[in-house]
Amino acid sequence: MAILDLQHVGYQVRNQQILADINLTVEEDDYLTITGPSGGGKSTLLKIIATMISATAGDIFYQGKNLNQYDPILYRREVSYCFQQPTLFGNDVLENLSFPAKIRRTDFDKARAIQLMQYVKLDEKMLTQPIKELSGGEKQRVALIRNLMYLPKILLLDEITTGLDAANKAIVWELIERLKGDSGVTLIAVTHDEQEILAAKHLAQVENGKLEVQR
Amino acid sequence: MSLDISNLSLVLVTALVFIALWIGYREQLGIDKDIVIGVIRAVIQLTIVGYVLKYIFHLNNILLTLLLILIIIFNAADNARKRSNGIRGAFYISFVAILSSTVVVLGVLVASGAIKMIPSQIIPISGMVASNSMVAIGLCYRNMNAMFRDQRQQVLERLALGADIKNASKGILRETIKTGMSPTIDSAKTVGLVSLPGMMSGLIIAGVDPVNAIKYQIMVTFMMLATTSLGSVIACYMIYRKFYNDRMQLK
Repeated sequence: MAILDLQHVGYQVRNQQILADINLTVEEDDYLTITGPSGGGKSTLLKIIATMISATAGDIFYQGKNLNQYDPILYRREVSYCFQQPTLFGNDVLENLSFPAKIRRTDFDKARAIQLMQYVKLDEKMLTQPIKELSGGEKQRVALIRNLMYLPKILLLDEITTGLDAANKAIVWELIERLKGDSGVTLIAVTHDEQEILAAKHLAQVENGKLEVQR
Repeated sequence: MSLDISNLSLVLVTALVFIALWIGYREQLGIDKDIVIGVIRAVIQLTIVGYVLKYIFHLNNILLTLLLILIIIFNAADNARKRSNGIRGAFYISFVAILSSTVVVLGVLVASGAIKMIPSQIIPISGMVASNSMVAIGLCYRNMNAMFRDQRQQVLERLALGADIKNASKGILRETIKTGMSPTIDSAKTVGLVSLPGMMSGLIIAGVDPVNAIKYQIMVTFMMLATTSLGSVIACYMIYRKFYNDRMQLK
């Protein structure tokens, strides 16, 4: 069964049509890469799927049920969105990694946090490091594993490697590769990166508000 | 000591207004018109209020007293709304917050015997409570607007992680409530050292023993702490929701 199904989705702001008649089916455990020119509507599409904004036309079905029928809070815990230029909040790394547990009113799983930190080559000691002392790449890695403290059903990645150097990109993609395995996470990534586009299992292009599945 | 200010004295004191006008003219501040309008309004409003209060104190009618308090709260709420920069429902929220803080504070003051349930005590105290609550709420609105703009990305990150709107706004709520309360806390710290507040000064000018006057000022200080904290908390917890739509998206 498709985990995500977009039917005739459109998005309009005032008189400007950002997205029009988007139809897209994403299967469970799939890895879909979305590319296209800047300003074409890729990020808007991802934000709509993440319910950060609502489509102005069409329907979105998640696990067979219309998105409007879901509690946005519970949906966002299953369909997790990682921003293009994420911001860390609070004072230190711990505050960020423990936030998902805090909002679920459960205990912080420190072992899980350390394991994820190891995956993205962050030392355990960095847990108490003030966020203002982190580099851009480290911040991006912390933000990414913050989304993975509770494994989502769908992970939406919005150009997360843009602006990262080669070393940081490699670390981030090592983690993505790990998720592509049998983790049960469906990945939808927006990217401009040539290598990522070449490596994509399924590829769609968004241009002038239209989506075209390429493979 | 006579508490009467003669009309002649009042006319002579008008010279003070000319100092402000002269500064405005000399420094080319372009506020001459505002000063004149402000002065005329103050004279007219206070004259009317003086006669209205005299009449109401004379009647000593509880319903009329309550009506006047409601008018004070209505005006305070309308003024706080103007600081909201167009947030929907700001008048209603301000009204509820100011009314609640006024009712609680007046209730405690009357129940404790600090003031009597008579118009000449209830009405001025209500005015002080409502106006302080109004200022605190206005500060909260301004701060909240600024914080939701400056910390937009952080709020979005929290929402994307599955936080409810309260959790997503927690830092903003905390900071904003603090902003609403901090002028009162600061003035509580310096009261008597930096300024002799209006009520205490008024009592001293009226011939009351300063030691008795401070008792009233202590009461006023406690009253202000309660009123600004209550007003800020109620208004903030009601208004932050207006920054989100029903799909828990940031507007």
